[in-house]
Amino acid sequence: MELILLLFTFVLAAFLGFELISKVPSQLHTPLMSGSNAISGITIVGALIASGQENDAISKWLGLAALVLATINVVGGYYVTDRMLSMFKTKKD
Amino acid sequence: MPEPIINVSYIVAAILFILGMKMLGSASTAVKGNRISSLGMLIAVIVTLSKSDLDYTWIVTGLTLGGVVGLIAAKRVQMTGMPELVALFNGFGGLASLLVGWSEYEKVRSGGWADYLESAGDAMPGQWFLALVIVLAVIIGGITFTGSIVAYLKLSGKIGGTATIFPLQKLINLLVMLGTVVVGCYFITIVDSGTARFWLWWVIVLSLLIGVLGVIPIGGGDMPVVIALLNSFSGLGAAAAGFVITNTVLVVAGCLVGASGLILSIIMCKAMNRSLGNVLFGGFGVLTSSGGKEVEGEMKALSVEDAYYVLEAAQSVVFVPGYGMAVAQAQHVVKELSEILERNGAEVRHAVHPVAGRMPGHMNVLLAEADVPYEQLCEMEEVNAIIPTVDVAIVIGANDVVNPAALEDEESPIYGMPIINVHQARSVFVLKRGQGAGYSGIINTLFFRENCRMIYGDAKATVGSMVAQFEK
Repeated sequence: MELILLLFTFVLAAFLGFELISKVPSQLHTPLMSGSNAISGITIVGALIASGQENDAISKWLGLAALVLATINVVGGYYVTDRMLSMFKTKKD
Repeated sequence: MPEPIINVSYIVAAILFILGMKMLGSASTAVKGNRISSLGMLIAVIVTLSKSDLDYTWIVTGLTLGGVVGLIAAKRVQMTGMPELVALFNGFGGLASLLVGWSEYEKVRSGGWADYLESAGDAMPGQWFLALVIVLAVIIGGITFTGSIVAYLKLSGKIGGTATIFPLQKLINLLVMLGTVVVGCYFITIVDSGTARFWLWWVIVLSLLIGVLGVIPIGGGDMPVVIALLNSFSGLGAAAAGFVITNTVLVVAGCLVGASGLILSIIMCKAMNRSLGNVLFGGFGVLTSSGGKEVEGEMKALSVEDAYYVLEAAQSVVFVPGYGMAVAQAQHVVKELSEILERNGAEVRHAVHPVAGRMPGHMNVLLAEADVPYEQLCEMEEVNAIIPTVDVAIVIGANDVVNPAALEDEESPIYGMPIINVHQARSVFVLKRGQGAGYSGIINTLFFRENCRMIYGDAKATVGSMVAQFEK
């Protein structure tokens, strides 16, 4: 049952994603992409669980590698997007 | 924290992601949107950390290491290097999804499938489903990783930017893809046996191979589409990892990114008047020497000094930036020149083609960095409407997006792509490094027109000496 709900969520999120993006002006495409790239680092949640749980050694090492990579993606992604967007902002004042 | 509170917090995080993405879509709210979405991420991480029975030494190590590396990379990068950095981050996200899938397999393998199924209870319809989503996370994550790395290498100039084509390429690619599917299916059927691990390794190797093979035949000019598509893939990889560990927030956030990335790639394709399939499998940018007719006329060079006299008298000037401006880091000096021209009484515009540069909206970021006023930025349609009244159009390192062959020559590979019609301006200056055909290898018939003058040299130096002429 839980799985069906998860699939349901997946489908709804897909439609939502299409709706959210279809009317974005082209000058915001780069920040939008870099911002959504940071969101895709959500896999960090999976990496946290994989590296933190009482698992066998291989599984934990893989989890740790995943955690480092996902953290780079999240932290770097948000920071660089913020840098880009702040340039757009100063110009408008 | 108890399970219901964790789940509610995940919903909050998902709402913040959705709000954040919506706000990223409009210039006035974008900064806030990005911060809201990062708040969502922070909540998701903190809530996950509050789960009991986690070993924090490993977690702190991983978070610190990744955080420091990410921050330094993001701080140091120059705006011109943005596309490759985003590609690199994207690849890391993909690899992380692959590793999460793999790690889950190792965990279940060491604990025993029987135990796993018992503890999962209703959440899993059977071991085949877990095996299926693990395979999906590994394949999508693997393609995202190597695909993004190849894109990174191409964008940063570490390997050639043009399309790499070899004999039987399509057949080989098809066989590798089929092989991956077959091995993946086999893995699913024997997932609880001892040999399954070996086959999972093969799935990993093959998916990494697909990423490389898939991106090398795509030329530099098509990079905006590829980057957007890989972005979509990294989202789908995260969603697949979400199914692996049955976690809603991964599924929602991953799928949002997957859908938005796909939309962006389609927008880019439309801007080039080509289909996604054509971009991915066309091997575009190598057959071009054969396509297109012979051009009549010759390219006429112009000195900076002569250009100055024309510019001095110009009433309206349009700058058309392209990737060459990014390479030469010429955006600041371009802004300087445009200010001088304005003071001189000319009306100045910057015309940005939707696929100029190497990622969607690339030029806008650079011009924004140089503080070019918002009102001076024009989209293609706006500029094309007024271009016959423009005195001088200055093309800085752009090529295909101003090639009139796209309108006139049915045999040209870019026929049908909407362009900025600079050839209709009274005169056109093309700032270009040398006489070559440019990134895509297509001959630009603009250069041979009567009203077009070539100014050879590094764009930054050329524009700089124009500025110097005005200041004399």
